[in-house]
Formats: sequence, structure tokens, C-alpha cells
Amino acid sequence: MAWVGFRVRFAPPCAKQIAMKARVHITLKNGVLDPQGKAIEHALAGLGFSGINDVRQGKYIEMNLDETDEATARASVEAMCEKLLTNTVIENYEIDLDA
Amino acid sequence: MKAAVIVSPGSNCDRDIQVALRQSVGADPVMHWHGDPDLPGVDLIVVPGGFSYGDYLRAGAMAAHSPVIREVVDRANRGVPVLGICNGFQILTECGLLPGVLMRNAGLKFICRDIDLRVDAANTVFTRSYVDGQIIRIPIAHNEGNYFADEDTLNRLDGDNRIAFRYCSPRGEVTAEANPNGAALNIAGILNEKRNVLGMMPHPERLADDALGGTDGRPMFDGLVEALAAAA
Repeated sequence: MAWVGFRVRFAPPCAKQIAMKARVHITLKNGVLDPQGKAIEHALAGLGFSGINDVRQGKYIEMNLDETDEATARASVEAMCEKLLTNTVIENYEIDLDA
Repeated sequence: MKAAVIVSPGSNCDRDIQVALRQSVGADPVMHWHGDPDLPGVDLIVVPGGFSYGDYLRAGAMAAHSPVIREVVDRANRGVPVLGICNGFQILTECGLLPGVLMRNAGLKFICRDIDLRVDAANTVFTRSYVDGQIIRIPIAHNEGNYFADEDTLNRLDGDNRIAFRYCSPRGEVTAEANPNGAALNIAGILNEKRNVLGMMPHPERLADDALGGTDGRPMFDGLVEALAAAA
């Protein structure tokens, strides 16, 4: 309890409240060859892990957003994905938002 | 003829193309910093090879949003010839001037060696000094040269004679063995619909002088000078 009290008393008044965290998972579309995924699959088999199929490698990007409205935040992250974060010729994306 | 070379942080073939253009044009190109949107009026724009922005996110993805690229897209749409080599090709696909994408090499290795190319579209300002079916030998040096596009796009590129260069055997056969990186249809270079934008993975500027061991790349620059001087 003493520890909690310490934190409450000395929390810097300017500490910013993070409104939302966005997590973007980027994966290769079906049918797009993923040589890295294949290499990982072979390496895992070489290590003795069996029964592994269709290893696909992707990307994960997370960010904190000031936005508090979920729909606005989602639309904004979607625009980011379309414009920069992904190449939609070969990649799909999924967005998770944590309020 | 006046040319501009777009220089990004991480470009490393900008000096090579500068030397090749100086040799063919007889004058130095404008070396234009990517962050300056004020591109002077030029007859040719070259987006050179290298590792712009350290290939962060995807090769060419960051540079495709550089301030000057909006202007490059605008000029290309107005008919100014734009040549993208290696990372320049990747930037041109990322900014939408050319379709498709350059993925990681199928063999997962950076490949740096001379390769044979078949000229499949000699009727452009870039390739007019070659003839259709000609085999030229120039270097590639890339990690992401595995060209990919959906089937419709590939069919359109092929049907409209927009595949300028294909990887081939020394005898000109387009085979899987001659494909260094897994590129669809052995594509080494493609044109836009109006044929004034060429993106290619191989480096003509690296073999444009006898002192470098070959001159198969030089006709591209000599041809551009002829075409653009005549148009000016």
C-alpha cells in the first residue's frame, strides 16, 4: 500500500494519458510467395519441430494515439495502412485498438 | 538536354548515373535533393539506386513520399521521361507510377553480378538504341528484385509490350534458370502505359564505360540524348 501511495503522490502532473493504443498486424496475402516463411519452416524442421505447415512471416507495428473516439482512430489508422504502412498489392492488415 | 538525378538519404548510385549522363549528354545533370519540392524544368528525371531511408518499412516506401516525388509523378503524367533504376524502380512502384511491387529475392540473398537481359521493347526513348531481341549484359545488385503483380496486370504488361527487359540465358532464352530473383515472367524492367516511365532492376550506368569492363549500358543514355535533343 505504501508503494501505491508513493506513486500517486509523486506522479508528474504533466504525465500524458494515452487515449488509445493501435496494433497493426501486416501479413502477406494468400498466394504471395513468402520465401522467408519457407526458410523459417525448413529451419524449424531442422531443429526437430514436426507437423509445421504454411509458416508466414509478417510485420507488427504499434502506436499510441491521442484520439479518444474509436471510430475516428480506426479510420485514421486505416488511412495510414493504405498510404504507407502496407503495400496493398501484396499485404493485408488487421487493426486492433485498445482504449 | 537537361537531366535531373533525385538524391535521397541512402542513394548510392547517384554519382554513377551522374558520370554516365555527363558522358552521354556532355553536361552535368542537376543533382536534386529529395526534400526540395522545387524541381527545375528538365527533359529527363532519373531516380537512382541505393538504399533510400535504409529500406525502412519496405524498399522505396519512405522515399516514395518525399516532397519531390509528388512533382516527379506530376511531370511523368505530363510526359517527361522518368527512369528508375534498382531502388529507383522500387520507389516508382511504391509511388504508383508503375504497377506491381519488388519483393524479397526468392533465394533470400542479396545478388550482385552481371546478368544477361533480353531487350523486349526497343520502341521507347530509353531503349531506342537497342533492337528487339538483343541480349545485353549489365549488373544487378539488389535484395528486393522479385517483381510481383496480379495476373491481370502481368497479362496487360505482356500484351501491351510493356516488359522492356527480361532476365535470359546467354543465348536469349527466357528460362527459370536464367531468373536470378524469382521475378514474375523474368521481368527485369517495365514501362508505364504511356511508355515514358521505365523502371528496371539492372544497372546500365554501371557498365557504360570501357574502364568499367563493358559498355552495354551506354546505348540507353546515348539513345535518350538523341531522342530528347531531337524533341527539344
